[in-house]
Amino acid sequence: MSLKAAAERELYERLTQALEKYKGKRGVLIAALQEAQQIFGYLPRKVMIHVANELTIPLSEVYSVVSFYSLFSTMPTGRIRLEVCMGTACYVKGAEELLKGLKEELGVEPGEVTKDGLFSIATTRCVGACSAAPVLKVGEELHGKMTRDRIGPLLEELKQR
Amino acid sequence: MTTLWEEIAAERIPPEAEHRILLCGGVPCTSLGCKKVKEALEQELESNGLKEQVPVKEVGCIGDCSLGPSLIVYPEGIIYYRLRPEDAATIVREHIIQGRVVEELLHRDPDTEERFRQQAEMPYYRSQVRLVLRNCGVVPPHIEEYMKYRGYAALARALAEMTPEQVIEEVKNSGLRGRGGGGFPTGLKWELTRAAPGESKYVICNGDEGDPGAFMDRSILEGDPHSVLEGMIIAGYAVGASQGLIYVRAEYPQAVRRSQEAIAEARKMNFLGENILELGFNFDIEVRIGAGAFVCGEETALITSVEGTRGDPGPRPPFPAQKGLWGLPTLINNVETLANIPLIILHGAERFKELGRPGNSGTKVFALAGKVKHTGLVEVPLGTPLRTLVYDIGGGIPGGKRFKAAQTGGPSGGCLGEEYLDIPMDYDSLAQAGSMMGSGGLIIMDEDTCMVDIARFYLDFTQDESCGKCTPCRVGTKRMLEILERITRGRGEEEDLERLYQLSMLLKNGSLCGLGRSAPNPVLSTLRHFKDEYLAHIREGYCPAGVCTALNRPRILEEKCRSCGLCARVCPAAAITGEKGVPYRIDPALCNACRQCIEECPFNAIATGGVQHAHADHR
Repeated sequence: MSLKAAAERELYERLTQALEKYKGKRGVLIAALQEAQQIFGYLPRKVMIHVANELTIPLSEVYSVVSFYSLFSTMPTGRIRLEVCMGTACYVKGAEELLKGLKEELGVEPGEVTKDGLFSIATTRCVGACSAAPVLKVGEELHGKMTRDRIGPLLEELKQR
Repeated sequence: MTTLWEEIAAERIPPEAEHRILLCGGVPCTSLGCKKVKEALEQELESNGLKEQVPVKEVGCIGDCSLGPSLIVYPEGIIYYRLRPEDAATIVREHIIQGRVVEELLHRDPDTEERFRQQAEMPYYRSQVRLVLRNCGVVPPHIEEYMKYRGYAALARALAEMTPEQVIEEVKNSGLRGRGGGGFPTGLKWELTRAAPGESKYVICNGDEGDPGAFMDRSILEGDPHSVLEGMIIAGYAVGASQGLIYVRAEYPQAVRRSQEAIAEARKMNFLGENILELGFNFDIEVRIGAGAFVCGEETALITSVEGTRGDPGPRPPFPAQKGLWGLPTLINNVETLANIPLIILHGAERFKELGRPGNSGTKVFALAGKVKHTGLVEVPLGTPLRTLVYDIGGGIPGGKRFKAAQTGGPSGGCLGEEYLDIPMDYDSLAQAGSMMGSGGLIIMDEDTCMVDIARFYLDFTQDESCGKCTPCRVGTKRMLEILERITRGRGEEEDLERLYQLSMLLKNGSLCGLGRSAPNPVLSTLRHFKDEYLAHIREGYCPAGVCTALNRPRILEEKCRSCGLCARVCPAAAITGEKGVPYRIDPALCNACRQCIEECPFNAIATGGVQHAHADHR
């Protein structure tokens, strides 16, 4: 068995274990999918099938939930997720400029991953830090009062981490 | 007689002996690097052997986030702003050890040069009445701290001295209305839930703050979670429920964490669980995490989401009070609404009603943001004029720009122009003006903001968030967005305005839930108050704010034009025509935006929108 396949099998074992506590309970699908996304980073079709089988929920229902909520992703993301907040305060304070800056620096569009797999960029719904707008989210970390010229140095710093 | 606010504020002045540092751990300050300041401070105290004597505690949002990161040093209550990690050494050396206030770290008004030592001196706080935010930024979010300030005393009073009916009566008397948007009378909702038959009932705290631009629910859950828990337990007792759920957005991980910690603390003290305070009442609370869907703020959609499926809204009636979660009677209240409850029970409905206006009693927390000098959460009595919020508290518009509009109520609300600066900020006045209170988002816009583009921005949001269940909303928002995009790209027609209006009415009357019914509000309110901007886009191909880049064509400023004809001579597209004595004109259909005319004009009479104040302030 290749290394990759072994790593994948380990992830599925973790998922099976994690799903154990949800079996036979009602109203748990969203929480189960959130946990699955934490394990895999995103929700490919195979993972959705696995969740459906384990929880005996039709795949169509699993997919309907995954496609409904904006926090579920069926596409892989970079190891560092860069998200530009598109709330109103950030928008009027220049969020579009930030997004443009990220696209220029990294050469990818929202929803895409850089070739080295390090960064992906996206827009996000209001993160609730409106008084520090515009805000850039790096993984779970927020960077307030961002400017176009701070993007370059920040990316350099992130590469060093 | 002292007001309720003065009484509550006086209680929160810590005793002389208490030496400690409260550091703002609100999300805006976190995004500005407060964690590094905290680490530096702790290190500095440790190396001076002061770690035990001067504890550093993280509190919820202190306010005025535009000056963050900030901290308050007690017992003097000196507030320091715009801190960097290297300031930690100065604070410890000068303030803590030598007892000298560090003047250069105080907030200084750039106009008057006045320096402010304490919160109460600053204009940002002076006009505020922080009832719901009574503990935010002043009291660390832990149960032992909360209880120092009569925390859970309201619960004890309700359980020991009042019947559920009396609790409901008190809430009804207070005139409290839902702070999440609709403004439905809270007491009435409680009464309906109590009256509904069901073997068990639920209380849901709606923390799905999906409105972009609102962050008070997040800040309350992070800064004072126990006030929300206390409100929920009292609500549970009043309506006869034994299970509570807090529904929080996944975008707010810190609010989720703090709620869970608070629940664990409350269980330990037997404010939650079996036989609460040995008074025979059982109630427990769980946290449910949303997965990102604006429509889930709608009660019926929220319930289906808690049930683990798509957050599709359903028809009402039946109302959740009759048939809610798992088909059982369910009370749904917003975070801020619930945080008001302990105050009402503790101090009585009469004192609560001293604040605000008839039919609009109490206070409201607004999230002040956008083009205003001081930003952050501000709490004022309902009915306070918009002007007080923008100018007295917010300090006005930065960069000498002009106020253009205030957006209230997020994607369901509207934009109010300059002529509305004196509008009382309450449910009824805002609704009359074609906007709405919503959850309290308040985004200030200046002359660099294009109102057509803002309408497009909101429709882009609602179109994306429409769940797709009913046709008027699914198709209507899409068609409206297409028209608005056309206008911002310079391809609009005058008939488009009528089309927008017709579609708006269709959505308002034909949609199933609040999302679709209120989605046209940003369009209707901008059409009503800023119609000339729409017309400038359509007729002249000109965006007055200079935001719509497709419309960056030059325009002749009639009052400056001396009809010399130089522009017409250099125009390669022959788009400029005119004659002596009347201002020249540029035909937008022919103009190719080469800007040669701007260079040529000796009188600076030709300009593109917003160019006079290039986008310096967008940074």
